[in-house]
Amino acid sequence: MMSSGVIMGQYYPASSPVHAMDPRAKILISVVFMVVLFVGNNFYAFAIMGAFAGLAIAASKVPVRLLIRGLRPILFIMAFTMVLHLFLTPGPAIFKIGSFTATWAGLIQGLFIGVRLVILIMFTSLLTLTTSPIELTDGLEDILKPFTRLGVPAHELAMMMTIALRFIPTLLEEAERIMKAQMARGADFESGNMVKRAKSLVPLLVPLFVSAFRRADDLAMAMEARCYRGGEGRTRMRQLRMAARDFVAFGLVIVIAALVIVVRIRFGPVVSRV
Amino acid sequence: MAEDTGTIEARGLYHRYELGDKEYVTALAGVDAKVSRGEFLAIIGPNGSGKSTLAKHFNVLLLPESGDVWVFGMNTKDEKLTWEIRRNAGMVFQNPDNQIVATVVEEDVAFGPENLGVEPAAIRQRVDEALTSVDMAHMRRHAPHLLSGGQKQRVAIAGVLAMRPGCIVLDEPTAMLDPRGREEVMKTVLDLNKKHGITIIHITHYMDEALYADRVLVMDQGRVIMEGPPREVFLEKEKLVSLGLDVPPLGRLSEALGRAGVSVRPDALSVEELVEELCRLKSGA
Ligand SMILES: Nc1ncnc2c1ncn2[C@@H]1O[C@H](COP(=O)(O)OP(=O)(O)OP(=O)(O)O)[C@@H](O)[C@H]1O
Ligand SMILES: [Mg+2]
Repeated sequence: MMSSGVIMGQYYPASSPVHAMDPRAKILISVVFMVVLFVGNNFYAFAIMGAFAGLAIAASKVPVRLLIRGLRPILFIMAFTMVLHLFLTPGPAIFKIGSFTATWAGLIQGLFIGVRLVILIMFTSLLTLTTSPIELTDGLEDILKPFTRLGVPAHELAMMMTIALRFIPTLLEEAERIMKAQMARGADFESGNMVKRAKSLVPLLVPLFVSAFRRADDLAMAMEARCYRGGEGRTRMRQLRMAARDFVAFGLVIVIAALVIVVRIRFGPVVSRV
Repeated sequence: MAEDTGTIEARGLYHRYELGDKEYVTALAGVDAKVSRGEFLAIIGPNGSGKSTLAKHFNVLLLPESGDVWVFGMNTKDEKLTWEIRRNAGMVFQNPDNQIVATVVEEDVAFGPENLGVEPAAIRQRVDEALTSVDMAHMRRHAPHLLSGGQKQRVAIAGVLAMRPGCIVLDEPTAMLDPRGREEVMKTVLDLNKKHGITIIHITHYMDEALYADRVLVMDQGRVIMEGPPREVFLEKEKLVSLGLDVPPLGRLSEALGRAGVSVRPDALSVEELVEELCRLKSGA
């Protein structure tokens, strides 16, 4: 069932060098890492990146089972793409099911995509597991700030994220309360087919939306009363500060990027080698 | 800019809401009210009598249609002064959930000073002070949605305090709280008034809260119909009851005692006073 802890549940509090890093450094490193992950086109690249990710995970003190649990939602997509690749890549056959042919090239290509997804998800979960929502929004706002002139609403985006994070637990709590009230009056949210269940949600969603708009109205007024007038001229209590460890980590990811490019040029893509 | 007289004042204040095409509801029909510096004013009145509308005028959330509102010598119609007035006359609302912006208590308290552009180190100091004043310093790192109603309202009060206001307007801050939360909030508000000399405008439906005030203002249909120290106002029981308002519960008790032949002072409206009064009668008998 729903629990009001859900949204904060992602963050794993611990004191580790990764937790202590500046959120901006962590966000930027994650972005570079993701790009490099897609530049890498063979298993040598993944060995290098996997080693870097492993190092980061070890330093973060986040239990590995938490990271593995983060993979669960993508298991289906992963299996699906792997099967697609297995059967749709041309090449020497391994076996046949009806008119579909599984190929060696397909197997390797499928594995390749699977490994890439695992590394991607594990590394990005590490970001949200070691960075509190506030740090994330602060970091994001600061990174996007230079793009404000190009029309990127940096402050507004950060504010929206903060308010969403603030109100998700409140709205979940409210949904639970309304649901219980409706159930006490005989409403049934759990049985019947999809259509019936979707219909049974209407008496839950309508009051929830009405109340959400009311809250938005109240909040807007409360913010105005507290002198909120957008990002201009606003200061922040928490100041972000880059330390030596942030530069070292960033240097490391650049080295990784260079290595991956070298490996790409030297060995070429994974499938043509089969 | 007029000189700062230290008062908050509404003169001939008239306000109506537009409902639709040429349809209006008059919320304030000529209100005159004055609050001196350091005073604790309670505003009571039936639903729809215009209390919230009046409160929003003190914080420039609404502007008068005619008449004027002065906050510490600043006219709310002067656009250049809007932010300074909002800083100076902080506002606490009824629903504790709908006025907390941030995901951590201390971040929320920092919201106001951040908007004012205060230096980071100074914000930190203000936040610490404000949280200490409302006795919430030990919960600075908590997530607001896990706090009790009374604690949330105290955080909201701290958020206002961090802007260093001269006055706090509270619009039914206790309406959604349990008795314990109400007590916490009232204690905090009284503390700010007595120890820090902050002017308080407290709107409430609870008559026993109005007893703490230096002065009570009774509103009905957009007008101020009674005004005076709580003890005097609450003596006019019939008038209050006819408005659908209650007299403080102990007022009713002393009335009942009177009917039963034990005549106590009619203005003994708090538990302590009534106990004292009864002891006096007993020892006198
Ligand atoms: N946003 C609005 N639009 C239209 N009419 C409004 C609006 N807000 C208030 N009113 C009307 O203005 C009148 C005064 O309302 P106000 O909220 O000031 O009363 P109140 O004394 O605060 O009542 P309550 O005790 O219920 O909070 C009421 O008749 C109300 O219906
Ligand atoms: Mg009201």
